[in-house]
Amino acid sequence: MKVCPAHRRRVLDRFVLLVVLVGLTFGSAFAPASAQPAVPPGTPAAAPAAAAASPAAGPPAAADMSWWDKKAAEPYIYDGTYWLPPAASTTAQGPDDLFIWVLGLSAFFFFAITGAVVYFVIKYRHRPGHKAEPSPAHNDVLEITWTIIPTIIVVILFVYGWRSYISMTSIPETRAENQIMVTGSKWFWTFRYYNGVEDNVLHVPHDQPVKLTMTSTDVLHSFFIPVFRQKQDVVPRRFSYIWFWPTKTGVYRVYCTEYCGKDHSLMKTKVVVHTSGDYERYLAEAFTRQMSLSGAPLGESVYKKKGCEGCHTLDGSVRLGPSFKGTFGSKITLADGAIVTMDDVYIRSSLLSPQGQTRPGFPPSMPVIPLSDKEIEGVIEFIKAQK
Amino acid sequence: MSASLDNTKSYLEVNPGWRNWVVTLDHKRIGMMYLCGILAALMLGGFFALLVRTELFSPGAQIVHQDWYNKFFTLHGAVMVFLVIIPGIPAALGNMVLPIQLGAPDVAFPRLNLASFYLWCGGATLLLLSVALGGIDTGWTFYTPYSIETQTAVLPAVSGAFLLGFSSIFTGLNFLVTIHKFRPASMGWFQMPLNLWALYATALMQVLATPVLGITLLLLFVERFMQIGIFDPTLGGDPVLFQHFFWFYSHPAVYIMIVPAMGVVSEILTTFSRKPIFGYRFIAYSSIALALFSFLVWGHHLFVSGQSRLANMVFSALTFSVGIPAAIKVFNWTATLYKGDIRLETPMLYVLSFLILFTIGGLTGIFLAVLSIDVHLHDTYFVVAHFHYVMMGSTLVAFLGGLHYWWPKLSGRMYPETIGKVCAWGVFIGFNLTFLPQFVMGSRGMPRRYWDYDPEYTLYHRLSTIGAFILGMSMFTVVCYLAWSLKRGKKATQNPWGGSTLEWVAPTPPTVFNFPEPPPEVELYEYDDLHEVENANQDGVTNWERRPAANKPARSSHH
Ligand code: HEM
Ligand SMILES: [Cu+2]
Repeated sequence: MKVCPAHRRRVLDRFVLLVVLVGLTFGSAFAPASAQPAVPPGTPAAAPAAAAASPAAGPPAAADMSWWDKKAAEPYIYDGTYWLPPAASTTAQGPDDLFIWVLGLSAFFFFAITGAVVYFVIKYRHRPGHKAEPSPAHNDVLEITWTIIPTIIVVILFVYGWRSYISMTSIPETRAENQIMVTGSKWFWTFRYYNGVEDNVLHVPHDQPVKLTMTSTDVLHSFFIPVFRQKQDVVPRRFSYIWFWPTKTGVYRVYCTEYCGKDHSLMKTKVVVHTSGDYERYLAEAFTRQMSLSGAPLGESVYKKKGCEGCHTLDGSVRLGPSFKGTFGSKITLADGAIVTMDDVYIRSSLLSPQGQTRPGFPPSMPVIPLSDKEIEGVIEFIKAQK
Repeated sequence: MSASLDNTKSYLEVNPGWRNWVVTLDHKRIGMMYLCGILAALMLGGFFALLVRTELFSPGAQIVHQDWYNKFFTLHGAVMVFLVIIPGIPAALGNMVLPIQLGAPDVAFPRLNLASFYLWCGGATLLLLSVALGGIDTGWTFYTPYSIETQTAVLPAVSGAFLLGFSSIFTGLNFLVTIHKFRPASMGWFQMPLNLWALYATALMQVLATPVLGITLLLLFVERFMQIGIFDPTLGGDPVLFQHFFWFYSHPAVYIMIVPAMGVVSEILTTFSRKPIFGYRFIAYSSIALALFSFLVWGHHLFVSGQSRLANMVFSALTFSVGIPAAIKVFNWTATLYKGDIRLETPMLYVLSFLILFTIGGLTGIFLAVLSIDVHLHDTYFVVAHFHYVMMGSTLVAFLGGLHYWWPKLSGRMYPETIGKVCAWGVFIGFNLTFLPQFVMGSRGMPRRYWDYDPEYTLYHRLSTIGAFILGMSMFTVVCYLAWSLKRGKKATQNPWGGSTLEWVAPTPPTVFNFPEPPPEVELYEYDDLHEVENANQDGVTNWERRPAANKPARSSHH
């Protein structure tokens, strides 16, 4: 236990690298031409689509970047032990210890069985003059022993697994500031704090229990924070809960782990664990900023944070929905043949009832996105501004 | 059983021509047709797998975008599970050998057997139709509500899986009745080869569990068509209910996959180590125990779906209890090697691979059964690696072992041994290179069903892709040389491996009704009176002849 885990991991990684190099030499025949080199940690995902489809991935222009956005743009922390990511919550210890125990037991049984197989195969291999020797076809003592020993082991594992699971799922009292609403939608996360602040990045305080109440606006999602060892499915029209007690500040990955369609793999964001004080500052300043927004800037923030960006572009290219570029005021033909003007009224009713008026060539895929009147006005101004 | 068939001739010679094959009621021919279909499906599924792995060679878009990637992994999973692994051993190998191992002329319901094959074809056609209609992107699990609202070709795929379910039920029903009714008087339950025990246990599960799949898929079908509101939350339905229904079938289904593999392994292991199976009774009982327990653990797929903590506790405990019979079987097989005379022909190489891979698969199942660890590992690559170790590393490897073991008997030809061994090693090495790295990236947090991934996982994805190509090439070579051997292989003898069960008493290839005259009684797993005769035929193939041993040692019984 004296070897530092990061060092051990590096040694293992180097060994693996050696194997891969050997493999690559004769695997290069099928390596795709566009293979990209591994990207250093912290840079946004290499996928071009990532920036567009997941709002959290594209940081706003540096000039008007708030301090908390800058903090969220710091490199991810993901380097843990060889097997597990770093542990950053109080409840991670239980499953981590068990993981190592089960790993040890598995290694023991694996080497015992493989060793016995290899030994027997060598010792009793067929060769001239060699014959099978008689031996008992069963042995009660032996068979009972090797039934009872695994039974005892799994009973112990079950009990410890159950106990640590109970502590992972027993939600302690949390103050109102630490109760956060989570909404999963195809394909982004929205976090709403007790004072009404909304964000696509999860901000939480260090060393305090945090409770998330989660739901989905469409299909199943699953909320997974590897460094907290927590995961819970997010179900439409139901609430599910998850909690954690962060023990380390930093920026960590958040994934969706229940397959949810096209951009499932881009539905990821980050959790920022703030030092105490910073979290409160974030809540207060983000609140002021959110309240001070109106008109086109508010519309832009809605566009980026509520997932509009995934389907509607600003540059004229077509995704799942029409682009916003230069559409305001134009005449458009609907699926039923009617010709209408793309104006305030049209935008408002498209937002309130997206399937009410549909345009030919686009799948009826737009969900209802709950917005306040002020936000709808902002969106209208924003679309107007896309000349 | 028409009297016009000449039971002194090989089943391959009587009534040749594809017109006779497609209406055949002969279990061996039906098994062969199943085999062709399953191998074709295996190559199709493998092709999708290689597309998936190629895309994952680096983060970001390599060869396709999200939509197609999602279709590829769905089609890979659906083809492999429903068309290959579930029917693989029972419907292809089981069909060919079950009646012969009983000394029977055919299965109890030959017409039902043919109907089962055509249902398989129908199901396969519908799955292909869904590919032709643009594919399906729900994952092989069809989870609601995504499967209700996706615009892809869900209906043909679901109807396909529905038909395949009936195909599986028919096979199971047939095997249950055949084993009950066609077992000769001299063969008590405990004189049955372990392969038959395993097929019996499998058939039980097929008959009892598959109807639930049928009902579930039917409900999904109706939900998509008529919005009845059973799974769709916007209509008051419950999407998690679907998961309960689905796994109520699909957990037993994973035992429908593994239990017959255990039967095949038992047969090959005793033959190639020339020892009776250690702890025969235990292995027999544990097949049945696994079949029954498999109905009680489905909830371990729902540990983070919102199931109550009490339910999670019960399902975790029950899941552990399934691990124990599996572990003991491994110990018993290992002990069978003790003091044997071990021959490392291709079938045995596959079985030794199975022992190692199944051990890894089972042990990683223990990680997942520990509740608190599963919260972290669920829906990551760790689970992907786990179930590939059991479904592919164990079931498919055992299938390949069984295929090589019974190939000479059924085709009348030997496969080329050297290249066979090379491919067996290729499968073993390629497989481990593909899936060992997946454990590491999974426990580090890499979610499954991801088209794009974070840069820190690149190394492991690359290793995995390289392994997949080695694996794919090896398996493709196997299919090629088996096809080649049909015409060019050396002529097989009656008993090239020295097997002790009844199929090695039948002629090679078997006659139309398997045995030209009623088969003798044989003592199960008794090797003392089998003697190796090298160069026994014009092609120089070995045969094992049955002569009473010179001075037969008192044999400790396994009864
Ligand atoms: C020692 C025996 C085994 C134990 C304790 C075990 C345990 C588990 C557990 C707890 C899960 C759920 C993991 C999760 O989704 O988070 C799982 C998944 C799975 N297991 Fe096993 N398992 C065992 C053997 C097998 C065998 C023999 C097979 C098949 C031949 C199998 C096939 C699967 C499959 C297909 C899945 C998940 C499939 C999916 O989610 O798509 N397992 N196993
Ligand atoms: Cu299961």
